[in-house]
Amino acid sequence: MANRQFTVLLLALAVLVVGYNSLFIVKETERAVMLKFGEIVDPDVAVGLGVKTPFVHVVRKFERRILTLDAPTQRFLTNEKKPLDVDFYAKWRVADTETFYTATNGEEIRAEGLLAQRINTGLRNKFGERTFHEVVSGERDLLMTDLTSELNKITMAEFGIELVDVRVKRIDLPSQVSQSVFDRMKSEREREAREQRSTGRELAEKIRATADRERTIIAANAYRDAEVIRGEGDAQAAQIYSSAYNADPEFYAFVRSLTAYKASFSGDGDLLVLDSDSEFFRYLRKGSVK
Amino acid sequence: MAWNEPGGGRDNDPWGGKNQGPPDLDEALKKLQERLNSLFGGGSGGQGGNGGGVKLGMGSIGALAVLAVAMWALFGFYQVDQQERAVVLRLGVYQQTVMPGLRWAPPIIDDVNIINVTKVRAAASRGQMLTEDENIVDISVSVQYTVSDPANFLLKVKRPELSLEHALESALRHVVGSSKMDQVITEGREQVAVETQARMQNYLTAYQSGIQVAKVNIEDAQPPSQVQDAFDDVTRAKEDRERLKNEAEAYANGIIPEARGAAQRQLEEAQAYKEQVIAKAEGEAQRFSELVAEYKKSPKVTRERLYIDALQALYADSSKVMVDVEGGNNMMYLPLDKLANQRAASRPMRDQEVDIRQLTDKVVEQLRRDSQFSRREGR
Repeated sequence: MANRQFTVLLLALAVLVVGYNSLFIVKETERAVMLKFGEIVDPDVAVGLGVKTPFVHVVRKFERRILTLDAPTQRFLTNEKKPLDVDFYAKWRVADTETFYTATNGEEIRAEGLLAQRINTGLRNKFGERTFHEVVSGERDLLMTDLTSELNKITMAEFGIELVDVRVKRIDLPSQVSQSVFDRMKSEREREAREQRSTGRELAEKIRATADRERTIIAANAYRDAEVIRGEGDAQAAQIYSSAYNADPEFYAFVRSLTAYKASFSGDGDLLVLDSDSEFFRYLRKGSVK
Repeated sequence: MAWNEPGGGRDNDPWGGKNQGPPDLDEALKKLQERLNSLFGGGSGGQGGNGGGVKLGMGSIGALAVLAVAMWALFGFYQVDQQERAVVLRLGVYQQTVMPGLRWAPPIIDDVNIINVTKVRAAASRGQMLTEDENIVDISVSVQYTVSDPANFLLKVKRPELSLEHALESALRHVVGSSKMDQVITEGREQVAVETQARMQNYLTAYQSGIQVAKVNIEDAQPPSQVQDAFDDVTRAKEDRERLKNEAEAYANGIIPEARGAAQRQLEEAQAYKEQVIAKAEGEAQRFSELVAEYKKSPKVTRERLYIDALQALYADSSKVMVDVEGGNNMMYLPLDKLANQRAASRPMRDQEVDIRQLTDKVVEQLRRDSQFSRREGR
């Protein structure tokens, strides 16, 4: 009785183990190969529940989704021998499970190592053919599509890997070169700053000069007009004088001379030395005689 | 509805179960434990030769199986929020993407992955990068995205978020590498963001990542800190330029009206002079005419009178030395300088004026000093 129960339990266990080993699930995100004693019998097992002979067949699963290879920074030279620190990533997926399994034993890390080497070589060659400017701006897209399609053929044939995309993330100058770029940027800015300031001075000087010119012209015009007015005044005055004085020019000379004498000797410091012979003093001397 | 289906007296009331869930569960566990114990006990009893114990054990197994199925079915319920979609894999095969609501899927057989599709997710990146003109800029960028296709998001790409970050970095550097620095740090910023978004969306669509980029924001784009000073100086220089220009304009605005005013003054003065000389001329002419009229009546007397009047006025006002020595001119010595000095000494007003000014200065200075002293003391 006890033996029978034990046998039943053992049988149940055996059924469980065999069942577990003969059923397998390949998920939507996976691909698988089925091996029979190490030989590939089904290179692309369908997704879903599958059946196999336990202990005879082995199912090896790989990632079906797109995988990312993130490579460490590498130093490449452009064709003008400028060093560049380049950081790239690659998108790949398992395309041919049989080749993939045989080439890499189904190990992603190994596959990525192989891929990285190929891409490095490819990029190094591509960079070496191009100038700095082409690499940084102009031909990035073209370079990448070229490289991807070229490498894709090789990786497909050799590793069963489809290279979906290779993209450069960073293209940077090495730090010691960066410093000289910074220096150049600085000098460019200094040049611009200086230009701005001197343009400012130029403008200022122009504005000042224009203003000064205008001022001088205004002053000169005013002087001219003023002189014209004065001249008119003088002319008119002269005309008035002459018309009056022409009545008796000799008498005018006499009166005018007297006025002038008075004006001339009105100063304080004047000292007159008089001779008593003068007309003014004729009565002083001869008054008694007469 | 489905709550009632799996039967079991305790499980058919989801509303009551919500409040009294924990005690019910405890009770169920306790009962389960009891049954297990009895089963185990029955088993060991069976080994001891008690057939009744085995029968009891078989019955327990049946009950346990029903319970297990019920539990299994119960665990198949799940809720999909309005914000979410569920990607269902049946035995590993993609079955469907499930819309919001209460759903059921057989556990173990079905694999349910719930993914939020409306939540705006964010990623950011910052760094120095090269521009087309071989300058370096410092950019920080953020990206907002949603999962537009949950099935692809889950099934097509491993670590889609990482792919997004890579795509962002690659696209941004590509766009910046194709732009001039001045563009990137000033008005071209928005353009860079738009191009980056389009480019990275292209990459992500090509990878079938199921990600929709909502917005790329350039949060900050500026020259690297090493050259920031030089850039700031350019800004200052621009300000300086404006300042110099303004100063010059201020100068121009200051002097030209002034010059116009001065010109006006000159004209007015000239006009005044003109009026003045004419008036003077008219006056003098009139005066002369009057005089001439009288002179004509008696020329001799008038002439004499005018002459003597004039000389009287002249001599009365001046210092004079009368020389009344005939033929003695050669011998005579006149100390003219002394005479002049004498006259000056009789009018010492100038010197006094100077003295008074000096004195006033001294007094003012003294007063100022005093007031300063008192102020200091006041403190």
